[in-house]
Amino acid sequence: MADKILKKLNIKVWRQNRASEKGKFETYKIENVSTGSSFLEMMDILNNDLIEKGIDPIAYDHDCREGICGICSLYINGRPHGPDTEVTTCQLHMRKFKEGETIVIEPWRAAAFPVIKDLVVDRIAFEKILQAGGFVSVNTGGVPEANSIPVAYDDAEESMDAASCIGCGACVAACKNSSAMLFVSAKISHLAKLPQGKIEAKQRARNMVAKMDELGFGGCTNTGACEVECPKSISITNIARLNREYLVARISE
Amino acid sequence: MSNFLLASIGRKFLMSITGLFLLMFIGVHLAINLLLIFDDSGELFNVGAHFMASNPAIKIMEPLLGLGFLIHILWSFVLEYQNWKARPVKYNKKDRGGSSTWASRNMLILGALILVFLVIHIINFFWVIKFNPHSMQTVTIGGTVMEDAYTLVADLFKASIVYDIFYVFGGVLLGIHLTHGFWSAFQTLGLNNKNWMKRLQFLAMVYAVIVAVGFSVIPLYFLIKF
Ligand code: HEM
Ligand code: SF4
Ligand code: FES
Repeated sequence: MADKILKKLNIKVWRQNRASEKGKFETYKIENVSTGSSFLEMMDILNNDLIEKGIDPIAYDHDCREGICGICSLYINGRPHGPDTEVTTCQLHMRKFKEGETIVIEPWRAAAFPVIKDLVVDRIAFEKILQAGGFVSVNTGGVPEANSIPVAYDDAEESMDAASCIGCGACVAACKNSSAMLFVSAKISHLAKLPQGKIEAKQRARNMVAKMDELGFGGCTNTGACEVECPKSISITNIARLNREYLVARISE
Repeated sequence: MSNFLLASIGRKFLMSITGLFLLMFIGVHLAINLLLIFDDSGELFNVGAHFMASNPAIKIMEPLLGLGFLIHILWSFVLEYQNWKARPVKYNKKDRGGSSTWASRNMLILGALILVFLVIHIINFFWVIKFNPHSMQTVTIGGTVMEDAYTLVADLFKASIVYDIFYVFGGVLLGIHLTHGFWSAFQTLGLNNKNWMKRLQFLAMVYAVIVAVGFSVIPLYFLIKF
């Protein structure tokens, strides 16, 4: 079955030359977009049009285009990764949009994620939080026998669920407080759930939260928007675990 | 310690501890208040109010309660200001209805409205009983002379439909605040997991409905019956 064609769309998009310059919205028209194309393909078609007209193409982040690298972003029609659930922007399809619609595209908005150009934001803050988390005590040497450290099935599952976070930052973008708690809680949880991660658990919780605060992310007020908008459906029960780990770490300091 | 209470999770810790304390107070307060509608002679309520006013344990709790309110309110502004600062450029188009509840996004607005209610409520009753008891009538129950708190409350609710509506609003606003606040406080303290999430959110709804309906029923009772 052939895909339907959207004859006309208006794309209202944030344009900003560089971090130090003020940005503004521009609206472009785009015609004959197949509903079978992905959102980023639509962006590519639009950028081709713009280049032909001598306009600077819109800068946006993308890499794997299969929902695993976490680099694509975009706040589309008021929601991070657009109007679909459990997908990244690169997995979003044009069938989610209507004929003649004006699609509003904005960059992630957070003090800790400054705009580099147009829709590209600097997410180095996430790397800094990971760095602050430090290492896990695994000694070099021969490969250890896999069954020498038993891990309960449920713990392994929860750890793996948390480890599926791709670091895209949609949680920060979705949160009314620009809080990074879902991301940090996922990173804390996938280690805290395993015996290997327990050794540095306290200092990890203290350092990652301190770094998160220092970088200017907001605090969590448990609205739960992050969990709904997260492409990997990371659960906010991880945030409860982070709170627990952090409070215990601070009290025992 | 001070940097703990200013850290993001520390700020929330203080909100949740004071919030839970206020939750317990509200439960006791509601229980005593409901005596108003179970005895039209006012004796039950007067005995209850007198017991609360003269009990030494309550004497200790009273300043603690004031402190609890003060910290909860002050910290709510500090915390929301910090969170507001974390997004200097706002979004042009937001679609948040599907991903979070209205109450969870508007805790400060709800809280501020509750604060307005609280001030007027204190002027209405607490202030009079505490600092101007001579303006009140007295009753003698079981040989003890006490202020007639029942008449103070009942007269206000019987006389003024505006106050009745105002008090219904107060109860409902607090209820909405607690639909989120109740389970959020446990989440903040780390006392939650995938099994307890649904249970706590259910309990939050139950507690919120009890508070909203319980407090609203009292002015409505006087409005309709008298
Ligand atoms: C009897 C009155 C009140 C009760 C029982 C109460 C209870 C609570 C509870 C249990 C929480 C949850 C704490 C957490 O998430 O960790 C909360 C949050 C909150 N309260 Fe209240 N509260 C009351 C009055 C107020 C007032 C007067 C204000 C402010 C002007 C206020 C502002 C807030 C705010 C802004 C939050 C959200 C904080 C957050 O989610 O991080 N509350 N309240
Ligand atoms: S928790 Fe979800 S939304 Fe946040 S960075 Fe990880 S994958 Fe993205
Ligand atoms: S481009 Fe890699 S997740 Fe979207």
